[in-house]
Amino acid sequence: MLKYILRRVLYTIPIAIGVSLVVFTLVHLAPGDPLSAVMGEVDQKMLVEMRKSFGYDKPLPIQYVVWLGNTLTGDMGYSLRSGAPVFPMLMSAAKNTMAIGVAAALLGFVFGIAAGMIAGYNHGTWLDKAVSSTAIAGVSMPHYWLAIILVIVFSVQLGWLPSVGAGSADSFWSWEAWRHMLLPALALAAIPGAVVARTARAAVMEILSMEFVEALRARGLSERRILLHVARNALPTVLAVMGLQFAHLLAGSILVETVFTWPGTGYLLNLAIFDRDMPVLQATLMLLALFFVFTNLVVDILQAWADPRINRA
Amino acid sequence: MIHCLVRPLVYTISVAALVASSSALAQKRPLRVGMTLSEISTTSGQPNGGFEGYRFTGYTIYDALINWKLDDAKTASGLAPGLATEWSVDPKDHTKWIFKLRKGVKFHDGSDFNADAVIWNLDKCFKKDAPQYDARQQAQVAGRILSIKSWRKIDDYAVELTTHAPDSTFPYQVTYVLYSSPAQYEKLGRDWNKFSAQPSGTGPFRVERLAPRERLELARNPNYWDAKRVAKSERLILLPIPEATTRASALLSGQVDFIEAPPPDFIPRLKQQGFQITSNVYPHIWPYFMSFKEGSPWRDVRVRKAVNLAIDRPGIVKLLGGFAEPAVGIVDPSSPWFGKPTFGIKHDPAAARKLLAEAGYSAAKPLALKVFVSPSGSGQMLPKPMNEYIQQNLKQVGINLELVTADWEQLRNCRRAGAGAPVCQGTDGINNSSATVDPFSAFGRIYSSKAIPPAGFNYMHFSDPKVDAMVERVQTTFEEKKRDQLLGELHAYLVDNAVDVWVVHDVGPRALSSRVRGWVQAKHWFQDLAPVYVAD
Repeated sequence: MLKYILRRVLYTIPIAIGVSLVVFTLVHLAPGDPLSAVMGEVDQKMLVEMRKSFGYDKPLPIQYVVWLGNTLTGDMGYSLRSGAPVFPMLMSAAKNTMAIGVAAALLGFVFGIAAGMIAGYNHGTWLDKAVSSTAIAGVSMPHYWLAIILVIVFSVQLGWLPSVGAGSADSFWSWEAWRHMLLPALALAAIPGAVVARTARAAVMEILSMEFVEALRARGLSERRILLHVARNALPTVLAVMGLQFAHLLAGSILVETVFTWPGTGYLLNLAIFDRDMPVLQATLMLLALFFVFTNLVVDILQAWADPRINRA
Repeated sequence: MIHCLVRPLVYTISVAALVASSSALAQKRPLRVGMTLSEISTTSGQPNGGFEGYRFTGYTIYDALINWKLDDAKTASGLAPGLATEWSVDPKDHTKWIFKLRKGVKFHDGSDFNADAVIWNLDKCFKKDAPQYDARQQAQVAGRILSIKSWRKIDDYAVELTTHAPDSTFPYQVTYVLYSSPAQYEKLGRDWNKFSAQPSGTGPFRVERLAPRERLELARNPNYWDAKRVAKSERLILLPIPEATTRASALLSGQVDFIEAPPPDFIPRLKQQGFQITSNVYPHIWPYFMSFKEGSPWRDVRVRKAVNLAIDRPGIVKLLGGFAEPAVGIVDPSSPWFGKPTFGIKHDPAAARKLLAEAGYSAAKPLALKVFVSPSGSGQMLPKPMNEYIQQNLKQVGINLELVTADWEQLRNCRRAGAGAPVCQGTDGINNSSATVDPFSAFGRIYSSKAIPPAGFNYMHFSDPKVDAMVERVQTTFEEKKRDQLLGELHAYLVDNAVDVWVVHDVGPRALSSRVRGWVQAKHWFQDLAPVYVAD
C-alpha cells in the first residue's frame, strides 16, 4: 500500500509539469495583452516600452522557464492588476473556496447518500419516485440559475441572508461568516447531492439484488444489519463519485462564486481572465489542476482501503 | 414674568446648540457602495481601473494639485483649486507653469504636504532612476499628462512644472497626478505593495481596511483641508460587485446603500420600492471611429453624413430604458466646447439615401462597412443590442453593416494599433467608447495627425491640416474664455465634417436607498462622495 501511495505521489510530478506547460501555453495563446491589466490610457509606443520593462518582450520558452523557476521557489510574482503578491491572494481565495466547498460537500453528500439509500432500499415506491425526480431536477438545474433563485427568495424577498461577498468577519466560526456562506453552499450542494443520490440509489439497488443479500436474510440477520452490509459494499462506487464531485466543487464554482461575488478561486479565476492578469491566472489554474490531481490520489487510496479486492500495490 | 421668558429662551438656545453640534458630527451609519469594478483599484496613489478607479480610490484618498468641481448637477464640471491654491503660466515662457501650494495640508499620517512632496511624487511617476519610481503608477498616469517635461521646487510652497511645448490644456492634465505621502513610504520600508495596504494621502477619506477583491473600508478624515468637503459619513465602504443583477440584489436586500449602473430592467422595480434613481449626462461618447486610410469610403463626407443621418438615436435611447442622451456631436450641447455646428445630427433616412446616391451607391452597388465591436467593456453600455439596432437602421438606407465581435482587450489593442493593423481583423472602424473629460482627451489625442499610432489614439489616421492648426491654436491660447471658444470652433468643424459616427452619451444611472442624502450627480466621470451619508 505504502509503495502504491509513493508511486502515485511521484506520478504527480510529471503531471504537474505537464499541467504547468499547458497552463502557460493556453494563457499566452489567448488573445489580449498581458499588460492591459496594468495599463491606463497608454499608446502603442508606451506599450512597447512597458512590455519590455515587465519582461513580456522575451520569447515564450524563456518566459516559461523564468516563471517555472520562480514558482518552484515559492515566488508566484505579483498581480498585474492590483500589485498584491499572488501567493497570499491565492491562499486566501483557496481558503474561501474550501469553506463553501466543504460546506456544500457535507450538505450534498449527507443528503445525497441518505436519500439515495432510502430510494434504493424502497425501490419502486413513491419515496423512490420522489427522490429520483428531485435528483433529476438537481442534476439538470444549472447551479448559477439556482444561485439567482436563492438570492431572489432569501435575500431580496425574505431579506434573511446576504447575497454578496463573504462579509467582514475575521473567522469562519461566526454567525456573520455562516450567514454569507449559506446561500453559495446551498447552490453548490444541489448538483453533487443529486449525483451522489442517484449513484447511491443505483449501487444499493444493484447490491440488494445480489445473492449474498439473500444469504444474509436466510441467516436471519435484521434488516438494519443487512443495510449496513449493503452500505459497505456500495461505498467504493459512491466514494469514487464523491471524490470527483468534491474536486468539481473546489475547482468548478466559477459561476456560483461570481453570482455571489464570493472571494474564492473561481471568482479569482474569472477576474484574472477578464483582466488578463497572467501571474494570477497561471497560479490559479495551476492550483485548481493540482486540486484535481490530489483529490484523485486521495480517492484512489480511499478506494483501495474500502475495497481490499482493489489491490493496486 | 422675566423668569417665564428666560426659561424658554435658555431651552431654545440649548436645543439650537445641540442641533448645531450634532450636525457637525458625522453620520455613524456607514455608506456602502456597490461598484461595477471587479477589483478594488490600486490605492498607492495613481489608481488603475480607469476613471472608475479615480472616482473611488483616487479622489477619495488623494488630491491633485488641481481638483474637479463636482458639487453642481446643472453645469459642466470645471477645474477647482486642490493642493495648489493658484496656478499660472509664465508670461515670458509659455512652457513654464507656476503652482502655489496650499499651506497647512497634512497627509493622513500627519506629515506635511509641501513642494518636496510634489517633486517626490512627480519623480515617483516619471523619473525612472528615482528610488520611489513605480512603473505601475507611471503606467496609469503617463498617457494622461503627456505634456510634462520637467519639474523643480521654487520654495517650500511653490513649484515650477515645464511642458514640452506651450500647452494651455496642461492644468487639465495636472488633475490626474495624485499625491502620496513620502513619509509613509519611508515608514513602510520603501515598499509600494506595503504602501497599497496602508496608504496615506491628503484626501477626505483615509484607508482603514483593505481586503483585496472584497472590500475597501475608508474612514473620514476629520482634518481635511477643505472644510466644505469634510466627509459627512464616518465610514465609506466600497464593494466591487461586477455582476449587475448581483449589485441590484445587494441593494434590494439592504447589503449596500448605493449602486452604480443598476441593470435597466431592474430600474422600474427599484423606483417602485422607493429607491432613488439618478442620472446625468457626462463627458462620454459612444461612437464609431472609422478608417480614413487610402481607399476608405469614409473619406467621402457624403457617406459620413449619410451614416450619421441614418441612425435613429431616440430609438436607441428607448432601447436603453431612457438612460442615454442622443449625441449631436462629440460633446453634449451643455459643454463649453460644443460651439455652433451647422450639420444637425438627426434621424433622416430620406436625406441619408439621397447623400448615398450622390456618392454613387445604390441597391445594385450598396455601401458595405465592417465595424469591430465588443460584447462588453468599460463605457461600452449594451454594445450588442445597440450595434444590432444600428445595423437595422443602416440596412434601411441600403448600407450593409457587418459587425465583427472580439473581446474588449482585442478592441483596445486595435484602437492602439490603428486602422488597418492586423489585430483589427480587416475592419473599417471600431465601436470604442471614449471619455471627453478634458480638451486633450476629447480632441487632441484623437483628431490631431500627430496622434496617429503609435504616438496616440488617432485610430482613424485622420489628418486634416486645418484641424491640426486649430488644435495647436487651442494649446497656445492661455485665456480660458478664448480657448473655450476655439474649442467650440474645432468641435463645430469636426461635426460639420461628420468625421465620426456619434451615437449617444451615457448618463451613468445610479440607484440609492431612500435614506441616502447629500448625493449630487455631477456631469462628470468623477463624483464627490464626501457629502453623501445614510440618514438614521
